[in-house]
Amino acid sequence: MEVINEVKFTMPSLSVNESIARAVVSSFLIQTDPSVDELSEIRTVVSEAVTNAIVHGYRNSTGVIEMTIRLLKGREVYIKVRDRGCGIEDIEKAMEPLFTTAPEEERSGLGFSVMQSFTDSLKVRSKCGKGTIVTMRKKLKNNE
Amino acid sequence: MNVDIKSENGYAVALLSGEIDHHNAKEIREKLDRFIIANQPKELAIDFADISFMDSSGVGLIMGRYKLISECGGRLVVKNPRQYIKRVFKISGIERIVRIINDKV
Repeated sequence: MEVINEVKFTMPSLSVNESIARAVVSSFLIQTDPSVDELSEIRTVVSEAVTNAIVHGYRNSTGVIEMTIRLLKGREVYIKVRDRGCGIEDIEKAMEPLFTTAPEEERSGLGFSVMQSFTDSLKVRSKCGKGTIVTMRKKLKNNE
Repeated sequence: MNVDIKSENGYAVALLSGEIDHHNAKEIREKLDRFIIANQPKELAIDFADISFMDSSGVGLIMGRYKLISECGGRLVVKNPRQYIKRVFKISGIERIVRIINDKV
């Protein structure tokens, strides 16, 4: 993949950083002049992935979330969200709509469904005790 | 994040403004639950007209309020969500149990 631009940052897994992650991705995307829908969709998937890392990855602890946002050749956006938390035991089950391990916090279990719907590709790699890496790609429409 | 609730004759409207994510859903939830338990409205309409962002935390928020108000004998309505927020609701299938309307001119 040919990278045109890239930003990498880390943040502690504090819920206040959900909106900060969205703000960073919004600022980064200005260079692509995205449509309102594209921007909303990307902000939403970033929010979902970062929230998963906070709520599930670092469930009873605070850790570091690493985020990479790239603009690739051909107006494609690449987003990677990594935590080094508890990991996901059964990725297939975790990706089932409405599956959640945190019903008491009113988590809807739709995070991965939203990520899938709003991007072109979603990959989840995870190891128990090691953490989770979520990567998403989305091609932006031509704005000419 | 702001929650402004107006009520008349058992019909209430809660106008939310700002962004709904996991971080601030708890605050909204607590305000709405306090109102529902204290006032037992016949109908509570949650107005999304001034919500600029919502992720799936908003679905959990609506599901939870739907359960509570149903237990209290009332009904819940969602009003005026933006187009992409409607898509988040659609993914959840919540419109099968909660009416989503648009009454904004």
